[in-house]
Amino acid sequence: MAKEVKTQNLEMAKSLRQVTQDEWYVPGHRTCQGCGPALVYKLVSKATGPNSIFLGPTGCMYVANTSYLCAPFAYPWMHTQITNGGAVASGIEAAYQVLIRKGKYKGELPNIVVMAGDGGAIDIGLQAMSAMMYRGHDALFIMYDNESYANTGIQTSPATPYGANTTFTPPGKAVPEGKVLFPKDAPQLVIGAHPAVHYVATASVAYPVDLINKVRKALNYKGPAFLHLHAPCPKGWLFDAAKTVEIAKLAIQTGMWVNYEWEKGEYTYQHTPKEYKPVKEYMKHQYRFNHLTDAHLAKMQAFIDAKLKAPGKPIAVPVQGPREQA
Amino acid sequence: MSRFIIPKHLEVPLGAVLPAPVKEQPGMITGNWRTERPVIDHEACTTCLNCFIYCPDACWHLDEKTEQMVWNADYCKGCLICINECPANCLEPVNELEFPDGVVRLEKPF
Repeated sequence: MAKEVKTQNLEMAKSLRQVTQDEWYVPGHRTCQGCGPALVYKLVSKATGPNSIFLGPTGCMYVANTSYLCAPFAYPWMHTQITNGGAVASGIEAAYQVLIRKGKYKGELPNIVVMAGDGGAIDIGLQAMSAMMYRGHDALFIMYDNESYANTGIQTSPATPYGANTTFTPPGKAVPEGKVLFPKDAPQLVIGAHPAVHYVATASVAYPVDLINKVRKALNYKGPAFLHLHAPCPKGWLFDAAKTVEIAKLAIQTGMWVNYEWEKGEYTYQHTPKEYKPVKEYMKHQYRFNHLTDAHLAKMQAFIDAKLKAPGKPIAVPVQGPREQA
Repeated sequence: MSRFIIPKHLEVPLGAVLPAPVKEQPGMITGNWRTERPVIDHEACTTCLNCFIYCPDACWHLDEKTEQMVWNADYCKGCLICINECPANCLEPVNELEFPDGVVRLEKPF
């Protein structure tokens, strides 16, 4: 006999005063000074509360947090391989459904959250993430985007923007702009191909209450959800550690990052400025873009202008591929 | 039944199971990373909670009894995001050497 699955109903926070003072991602971890992903982890933990199971595919937030056999997580947390964050979440959710059906577990279904980096979500971990979305498990997949493989020494990933200087794309005489390729659109990968998904959103550490509410909204949906969270990385993007939040705000003001929600086919946009600043305002604060010339900046500006006509939607963006003749 | 018989004293558990911390993780004290610490002027502070929400290390908290922000000296890494984001300008960076309990000491590095 099937039993009804009790799920948690998380309330939205209206202001900073309503955000809980309790911490479940406690102080005492080995992330860098001013770490953006650590800030994301703290805010997501505040949003989910203690009745949660977090999964950490390999990445900064696994390597730097759980070193020397001490971890800062006050809830159940498990390391998964970088390829299978979505698969482990599927298994845990399915096991809970069976235990509830057989009457062996009486409580509410815990929030199952995968905290994958950009490599664990849309590069190496793409197949497991896609399979979780396809089968419709009641879990939340979060991609904290620091735009590189930062824990192994800032290698390029599919989320790295055009022109970035990473250890795999150093600028030189042959390739003066550093990274030649334009990044993948992560939310579009999920929206476009997974009919079981009803909620996809992007959020930034610059607007923490908005980020917390989006996490709670995604968890209140029965079924898979995907969140793409912007997390500036002072070590990888080479800026001052005190400027993490400032850089995240500049990304929104220049259009490099757009906060939006996709709910059952409907787009809503948040924090859009009246007039976008030029992308140079964002790039000049980061040493990874220091080598770019005006021609490269114009190419980046053209890409962003084309994207901003319909952010988050599948539109034709005129980008010249690396094999095409100029 | 397994074909290979492992003696009881050689069995090891799979993976590592760690106890969860409650309020803080004392196994990883990060206070000795910083060279400057944020010092708060409680009279100018408006308790807007910006430092509390933007701190990656969760080192700022609102004390409900005194209605003042409390700083955690053991874990603050000195990134100074709180100073950059403070709208009331009530925080100030002060060198660690100015304090008797300053953690950066050349004669006693660790």
